[in-house]
Amino acid sequence: MAEAATEPAAGQEASTRPFPRPAADSPAIHVSQLTKSYGPTVAVAGLSMSVPRGEVFGFLGPNGAGKTTVVKLLLGLARPTAGEGMLLGSPLGSLEARRQVGYLPELFRYQGWLKAREVLALHCRLAQLERSSWPEAISGALRTVGLTERADDRVASFSKGMQQRLGLGVALLGSPRLVLLDEPTSALDPVGRHDVREIVRGLRDQGVAVFLNSHLLAEVEQVCDRVAVVDHGRVIAAGRLDELLARPQVRVRCTGLGAVAQQQLSVFGVITDAEGWLTVSGIDPGRVPDLVGAVVAAGGRVYEVDPGQQTLEERFLQLIEAD
Amino acid sequence: MATWVIASLTWRELVRRKLVVALLALTAIVIGVSGWGFSRVPHLHLGGHPLTQGEVHTAAAQLLLLVMFMFSFVLALTCAFLAAPAIAGELESGVAQGLLARPLRRRELVLGRWLGLTLTISVYTVVSTTLEFTLVRWTTGYWPPQPIGAEAALLVEGLILLTFTLALSTRISAITAGVIAVIAFGAMWLGGVAGAFGQVFHNAAITNVGVVTHFLLPTDGLWHAAVYAMEPSSFAAAAIRGLNSSFESTSGPTFWYLAWVAGWLVVALAVALVSFESREA
Repeated sequence: MAEAATEPAAGQEASTRPFPRPAADSPAIHVSQLTKSYGPTVAVAGLSMSVPRGEVFGFLGPNGAGKTTVVKLLLGLARPTAGEGMLLGSPLGSLEARRQVGYLPELFRYQGWLKAREVLALHCRLAQLERSSWPEAISGALRTVGLTERADDRVASFSKGMQQRLGLGVALLGSPRLVLLDEPTSALDPVGRHDVREIVRGLRDQGVAVFLNSHLLAEVEQVCDRVAVVDHGRVIAAGRLDELLARPQVRVRCTGLGAVAQQQLSVFGVITDAEGWLTVSGIDPGRVPDLVGAVVAAGGRVYEVDPGQQTLEERFLQLIEAD
Repeated sequence: MATWVIASLTWRELVRRKLVVALLALTAIVIGVSGWGFSRVPHLHLGGHPLTQGEVHTAAAQLLLLVMFMFSFVLALTCAFLAAPAIAGELESGVAQGLLARPLRRRELVLGRWLGLTLTISVYTVVSTTLEFTLVRWTTGYWPPQPIGAEAALLVEGLILLTFTLALSTRISAITAGVIAVIAFGAMWLGGVAGAFGQVFHNAAITNVGVVTHFLLPTDGLWHAAVYAMEPSSFAAAAIRGLNSSFESTSGPTFWYLAWVAGWLVVALAVALVSFESREA
């Protein structure tokens, strides 16, 4: 990892200044103490994180947590108040960094008066792709996002979902090494969401890092290698999904247990009782039969046992409530 | 290079969205109607006698100045309406974020937009005024003394307002930038009228209002430069006798005034570029 250079101001292109040549093994994203304030409001508070190349990284948080601000800081669309960072070994916001990045904005708006093919051609030019590679790049992007048959239609005639698909196609142009997707499925139907998951998995297979900014937890859970949960501009939890959800639990639907009996069961884990379901969090999965035996021995009648893993949504809500 | 991509995109947008066609069509209508009016001038009578050639030229010059005054106003509005959303509108809609995530310098975006709009305004101004001058000559025989100077003054007047509005557009919303630009244009025109009154009544303070406005935002000053280039010498003589108005000018612009205008244009464009460099998208 090259040393992070002083941050360029929003719009100042660091490529005009010398900076270390990006190392091939530098992380896709590395930021240190990244902070962004708007007057007294702190949108991002000392964010530090590193995303290796080829990883699908989920960036989760409730509305207003600062997720989109972080994406804008990464791309140089906004200027950090403090902190620094690199994208693919180049300073945040530098032309060199932006040459290797694909981006689907949260507000996916493209020139409505252009045809889909023309929007892609415009971005081929701006991404400085070899002209000879345009036809293949454009047809490949259209094919990937399922817009081949609408390639010659004006964007203004597209539904929101189709515009988001087009935005995804724009982000995939030019073989980027890092793709930033800001709420990439917000306008898509279930088929479109499935397609996006497949595209993200395909990118990972090609060694492309994906920074997935979303609050649609089920999707993040299905495709991300690691996640960070942000709230009020700071990371409140981060790690691999299996680490983050490493709180095995079992739910037992039973009747006939008094408060004392429930307290005795706390040797198995943290007990919560709601709507006829006894939830035991943190239990060793090998002790589930012992738990059931203990419930029966205490006079309880067992109807159902659900050894379910905590979902990301449950963990997310837990983290946000605790914050 | 990216500057030309944005300039070309801007031109294509205005063509594709039929703005260029609309401008040319409206120009054709105005020229057609005014052409009919000019064609009647040689057949007018004054005191029971047909107009002399000199009187025809005088009447044609007066009518031409009126038509071009309207054109100047339309040009100013067009410049304000085109430039106001050029940056602010892209930011508000979210289109700019997609562009700026590419290896595109912010100054390239602003300069590209300015070049594309300048090209459009230049085509509109040159085509419209050339057609109008040609029509006037064909119907009445009157030909402005300095047609190229008049076209240049009108074009630069438009570019001044366009650049001013574009600079505003890098910082404030499209609607606010447009309103400020139109009001500023109107205020400068009023300042010019006030200055003319000051000259008539030999009031230095009021006269200075006109002088200041000609420097502050040199649209009215350039309009007077255009008037001087279009009017016959008899109008200038009348203006010198104290009848100066928005439709007469005593003299052409000095070298130093033109230098001021050029500097004003360069500084306004530089302000637009620098302003957007530090703007958050």
